Amino acid sequence: MDNTFTLDGKSIPYSEGQTIIQAAIAAGEYIPHLCFNPEFKPHGSCKLCTVKANGRQTASCTQQPQPGMVVESDTKELNDERRVLLQMLFVEGNHFCPSCEKSGNCQLQATAYELEMMSPHFDQFFPDRPVDATHSEYLLDFNRCILCSLCVRASRDVDGKNVFALSGRGIKSHLIVNAKSGNLVDTDFSGDDKAAHVCPVGVIIKKRVGFAIPIGRRTFDEHPISATPHPIVKGA
Amino acid sequence: MDVPVKKLKVATATLAGCFGCHMSFLDIDERLLELIKLVEFDRSPLTDIKHCGPCDIGIIEGGLCNAENVHVLQEFRLNCKTLIAIGACAINGGLPAQRNHLSLPLILEEVYHAQHGLIDGFIPNDPELPLPLDKVYPIHEVVKVDYFIPGCPPSGDAIWKVLTDLLAGREPELGHNLMHYD
Ligand code: SF4
Ligand code: SF4
Ligand code: FES
Repeated sequence: MDNTFTLDGKSIPYSEGQTIIQAAIAAGEYIPHLCFNPEFKPHGSCKLCTVKANGRQTASCTQQPQPGMVVESDTKELNDERRVLLQMLFVEGNHFCPSCEKSGNCQLQATAYELEMMSPHFDQFFPDRPVDATHSEYLLDFNRCILCSLCVRASRDVDGKNVFALSGRGIKSHLIVNAKSGNLVDTDFSGDDKAAHVCPVGVIIKKRVGFAIPIGRRTFDEHPISATPHPIVKGA
Repeated sequence: MDVPVKKLKVATATLAGCFGCHMSFLDIDERLLELIKLVEFDRSPLTDIKHCGPCDIGIIEGGLCNAENVHVLQEFRLNCKTLIAIGACAINGGLPAQRNHLSLPLILEEVYHAQHGLIDGFIPNDPELPLPLDKVYPIHEVVKVDYFIPGCPPSGDAIWKVLTDLLAGREPELGHNLMHYD
């Protein structure tokens, strides 16, 4: 049998070792995702990329296809579930997009546009998460963290630094900075690190950039995220 | 668009918002003339009617920061067949909700009493003043909301799209160009 599967009826070729989402992206198809980034080992935590493979729900960023597998992704049922996941992410943090430097370049927001999330639906948690502005070049706004672990993976696997880690469990999970003080300034973090450029939302923010590119002219203002499966985010 | 036989009644109000969404509403410009052929305004900053009677559509800008906001919202929900939340503040609290991680006594103390430069400051306690809520709440946490128009503010085009969809009996849909949280 040849190495193809179908995604919403379209035939998608894949090579040995590729996951469903990798093959889909290579074929120019979009499956919603947040914790997946083609440059990193999958984490399989956000579940936005959930598809039905031969009738069973599975994370397409960790699942490898089989010849002839029937994969469904862009269905009402899956998109409704994805929208609920997004709504939970929005209410868990503090996402005030109008004052967020990442607005228009943010994958969480762009995915919510894509899936037509009109409201957060659930009650807001309004958590208290102080900002870390200790570093001279970067600030960390934890209010927007979705715990995707991309900065953790980048710092550990690419930069060899371990600046970031996820700590706590369940609803208490949060991102920490590996320094005795807990402050970014007391780490060897630098703007040249991969970790400085992987956050899909507006946590790891370069200072003094702000709204240099105005709202309305940013990456996902121009194209929906589904038309930019490898988002090259302006100014990131 | 087909002209309905009877004009629909529309009410609007600003709660904990900045009137920016109402300003954006006026950005539909000359389409307002088309709109008033189809609708009649009840309570609204545009008419200065103080209480809302039975309406087809109610539009709420702003979240809930005090007791009066809650009463107005409940009046709208009781009277409006369809209730629309317009703008970030109505939908998730928006800018005013950025006080929510601080305790209310601390904020009042800081603003009216402790802040540098205040002499004999005191926390206002006139019975006419509506009591502030402990936090700023999105309106859907207090009443059922039928439709949401996100944006800070949503563009005149987005507001027009939702209204014309509703007036024509269609499910409102913004599409990529009009869908914004910022
Ligand atoms: S991180 Fe994204 S979703 Fe959150 S406030 Fe910023 S732009 Fe909005
Ligand atoms: S800071 Fe950004 S990259 Fe790191 S876990 Fe949070 S959302 Fe992911
Ligand atoms: S993208 Fe697959 S679980 Fe997050």
